[in-house]
Amino acid sequence: MEVDPVVEPILKVEGIHTFIGKHHILQGVSFEVHPGKVTVLLGRNGAGKSTTLRSIMGLLPPSQGTIHLKNRTIQGLKPYEISRLGIGFVPEDRGIYNLLTVEENFRVAMLQEDGKSREMMETVFEIFPDLKKFWKTTAGNLSGGQKQMLAIARPLVNRNELLLIDEPSKGLAPIIIDHLIDSINKLKEITVMILVEQNFYMASSLGSDFYLFDDGRTVYHGQMEELVQNEELKKKYLGISGTN
Amino acid sequence: MNSPWKRWLPTLIVLAIFLLPLLLISPKTYITLTISGLAMGMLLFLVASGFSLIFGFLSVLNLAHGALFTWGAYIGFTSFSLINQWTGWGGSDSIFLNIIIFLLALIIAGLLVGLLGIITERLVIRPVYGSHLFQIFITVGAMIVMEELIRIVWGPNDEVMPVPIKFMGSWDIFDVVVSKYPLIAIVIGLILYLTLFMILRKTKIGTIVRAGVENPEMVQVMGHNIYRYFTGVFAVGSALAAIGGGMWATFVKSIHPAMGGEVIVFALIVAIIGGLGSMTGSVVGALLVGLSYNYVAYLVPKAALGITMLLLVIILSIRPTGLFPEGT
Repeated sequence: MEVDPVVEPILKVEGIHTFIGKHHILQGVSFEVHPGKVTVLLGRNGAGKSTTLRSIMGLLPPSQGTIHLKNRTIQGLKPYEISRLGIGFVPEDRGIYNLLTVEENFRVAMLQEDGKSREMMETVFEIFPDLKKFWKTTAGNLSGGQKQMLAIARPLVNRNELLLIDEPSKGLAPIIIDHLIDSINKLKEITVMILVEQNFYMASSLGSDFYLFDDGRTVYHGQMEELVQNEELKKKYLGISGTN
Repeated sequence: MNSPWKRWLPTLIVLAIFLLPLLLISPKTYITLTISGLAMGMLLFLVASGFSLIFGFLSVLNLAHGALFTWGAYIGFTSFSLINQWTGWGGSDSIFLNIIIFLLALIIAGLLVGLLGIITERLVIRPVYGSHLFQIFITVGAMIVMEELIRIVWGPNDEVMPVPIKFMGSWDIFDVVVSKYPLIAIVIGLILYLTLFMILRKTKIGTIVRAGVENPEMVQVMGHNIYRYFTGVFAVGSALAAIGGGMWATFVKSIHPAMGGEVIVFALIVAIIGGLGSMTGSVVGALLVGLSYNYVAYLVPKAALGITMLLLVIILSIRPTGLFPEGT
């Protein structure tokens, strides 16, 4: 992998193992996330990508291995403690509070209501103008794309350094996906992102580094341009060819 | 599934329960029964809302809720008796002093049982989060222990609940007999409902609790210590049960160690009819149960409990998640 050795990673995951019940899902996952990059986790269904994000957040604490956020070890901390250290999480099901309004969804997400968070809200509105338009609307009444934007925008109000996004394109029409790609591209200036994505078009449009997952392990990593060109890797680990 | 017929049926049921008895009961009796039914409903709301909130937010089936209700009644009884011994406010001709002593007894019951709720949550409930089966076992065990503790502290016999002197009797308004205490219970119940509603709607803590009813995992992921909220909601739910217990005891003028077991059945029905986790659902469900119970108890006394079961079956067959979805 071509990674600048001088720049310290924001997140370093080393050899984590995670169980769900009796099932040994992660069996040695290691990767690094560097500032200014979007790191994409790729792999077939059940390869352990979503479990990795949930392990980082402390929702499925790993039984072995270490996770460092900058210089701090975070495995073993509670999810709310990890969140307060500056990691935002957008789960696969979006985790929207459907019965609350858009405003109330942000209110729950906002840990401190001050000048900085209001400033951040303005930035969020610039990137996702629909959220301002539907501010008083019950989140359950938003379209799929708007719900995904709300899910991604919510953790930003706390100026999180790192944002974990699980399958943002899931269930969205192609035109909405293009719109979402534009919005997420704008987020690169605000935060570092880890993206789990099955849609290779979206993954390749946004990603800088990638890690391939297979059977609960990280098996290959590199830069996204390399993967776009490498038909063999795509076929072997993702079961795809071309950019679809 | 969402045909207009099904959408409007709950409203029709509410109207039917409210208006149909007019065909069979004279208007004067109807008004008396309605006030009594609304009062019973408001008291049930206090018990059911705590139960419902705890289930909605913590996903905990707290079958010891009835025992917390009984503790509330007994602490209310002792507080009232002691304060009355010192001050005599319960027998005073001043309605103001009557209200003060009554509210003081309720506040003390609420605070102490809230504390008991915190201890119960920490020691009994916390180890069984996520497992409804174990929750049933352990909360039934807790209920038995709490009831036995009441027998040890206060004795096994019934006690007469003291009632402030101005709360007794009735008013004669245009030839309609209106009992005083039910009206007072309705007012206190309404104030508590509106307070809870405003806290849940307008404050940040309330918004987080509503969010937690819908998705507790995301509340954690957003940096909130969910366990602190669990404890807080459990304490508030327990305090509501205690206030309900104190007010119920004043309504029926007696207390006994097993009284909570009888009321928890109603609370379960109310919480399920209203929709678990919903405050508005609890108040509507409680009023429906209170009214139907009172009308039927007058017309066919033996069918009174049966009608609440029938109401539960009808509403669940139309809306399996209750009249109001979670969190509203």
